[in-house]
Amino acid sequence: MKADYKVRATEPPSSPPITSRIPFLINMATNPGPENPAPHDDSRRTFLKQSSLLTAMALVPGPVVDAAAARLDEHVAEAFEKIPLSLKVNGTKHKLNVEPRTTLLDLLREQLHLTGTKKGCDYGQCGACTVHVDGQRVNSCLSFAVMHEGQEITTIEGLAKGDELHSMQEAFVKHDGFQCGYCTPGQIMSAVACVREGRAGSADEIREYMSGNICRCGAYANIVAAIQDVKTGGQKV
Amino acid sequence: MNQFQYVRATKTQAAIDVVAKDPTATFIAGGTNLVDLMKRGVMTPQKLVDINRLPLAKIERQGNALRVGALALNSAVANDAQVRERHPLLALALNAGASGQLRNMATVGGNMLQRTRCSYFYDLSMPCNKRQPGTGCGALEGINRMHAIFGASDKCIAVHPSDMSVALVALDATVLVSGPKGDRQLPFADLHRLPGDTPEKDTNLLPGELITAVDIPDSPFTKHVHYQKVRERASYAFALVSAAAALDLDGNTIKAARLALGGVAHKPWRLTAAEQALVGQPATEASFRRAAEVAMQGAKAFKHNAYKLKLAPNALVQALKTATAV
Repeated sequence: MKADYKVRATEPPSSPPITSRIPFLINMATNPGPENPAPHDDSRRTFLKQSSLLTAMALVPGPVVDAAAARLDEHVAEAFEKIPLSLKVNGTKHKLNVEPRTTLLDLLREQLHLTGTKKGCDYGQCGACTVHVDGQRVNSCLSFAVMHEGQEITTIEGLAKGDELHSMQEAFVKHDGFQCGYCTPGQIMSAVACVREGRAGSADEIREYMSGNICRCGAYANIVAAIQDVKTGGQKV
Repeated sequence: MNQFQYVRATKTQAAIDVVAKDPTATFIAGGTNLVDLMKRGVMTPQKLVDINRLPLAKIERQGNALRVGALALNSAVANDAQVRERHPLLALALNAGASGQLRNMATVGGNMLQRTRCSYFYDLSMPCNKRQPGTGCGALEGINRMHAIFGASDKCIAVHPSDMSVALVALDATVLVSGPKGDRQLPFADLHRLPGDTPEKDTNLLPGELITAVDIPDSPFTKHVHYQKVRERASYAFALVSAAAALDLDGNTIKAARLALGGVAHKPWRLTAAEQALVGQPATEASFRRAAEVAMQGAKAFKHNAYKLKLAPNALVQALKTATAV
């Protein structure tokens, strides 16, 4: 990632000085805009109304561009070009600053050091990166972290309650649902969702609804058995 | 990945204004295709307008149609009670696509607008008129086993990869679009286009236009439907060929038919002549075979995809047989 960290001047050299810029994300979701006036903030409202460039400024912060124009080194640019992000991961609230290119997967692994979620293909083809976002399973490699403002993420680390394994984790151990283990966190997150979605009714249905998780060791038969065990075992999933 | 600006929009018009004014800007919804393409450098937008907060995810009745918001997730649509009851073909097609995880991310609008999976489009070291106009088509004389048998040009022989779109074109859906010049509607069949001399254009949308919803008209095609997808593994792969079939029967006589193929052209491929060939006929394999022959008129194979000339009619017959339990 570092190697292609080239900063582009996305605005003309005549752009205003740093002090007149907005050095943070204008979040159109929460900031008052022309269609959503805030009665107690007239000066801001007027400014926004007058600014036909509202969105154009929205967001690589100004300093980044200036850093590029001044040919400052990449490290300086990197320090500036981050966007605030609040989300909850495994029940813990985080207020972070995130480079827009950071995927949810990289945020979890590199910034929050939750390395249980694995990077397999990084292109949405293997399922090793599966996590739950607001309770739904997704491929964390295929979305940018900044798209998850305010959302609740659950990773494999958030499944157990202390030393008490989740029933799906126990079933994977019991049925030997893995060999090398690299795909296992994604398999388990997907398996939990599969049962919750009501798609674990038969071995065929499980195979279909687990097809987004590839296991190169070929532990599929045991994975299906583990999921069926949980499904029929009556444990809370 | 190239650096980009990120904007989060809550007003549809604001999102449209940004993209309409800036040819380097693009909308992002589920991101399942765009993020993939950005990682590979195939697409390099300078600005992403995140539209996920726009209120466009509803699925609701609208007159004599079911209106599905552009931001409705593929999984939400496939599981929706009204969709399953009134348009089961759509639910079948959606569930034949991608994986459980991806269907939880991908939106209806994004599904329609996903790019081809032609390997020459993805490979930056190869020529591709769609990715870089004027460089030529690597697939034309290359490994073209996944490629088109209908409507191709000497500039591009890529196919559209969406399953959902095959069902929507068969069901006579209408696409609702908002743009810098206002709103408009276009028949689903006119959303995608053939490559001609400008394969860089996948659709007939204008710069800045945003799909807001798709209307699926009420129809008698609620019972005898099937989506037959043929792929190289049992699940989670793009179609070699797919066939959507929907019939309205009076006893064993076909009153009306809707047919479309996927994986065969630059757009979901509606088969109106084959539909006409079925009307008034008995629902038998012989009728289905004759319709499939009509469907294949004009098909043309390249070096590595001649198998599709047999696979496509067989998939169509199988879809019709399954739909009617013949």
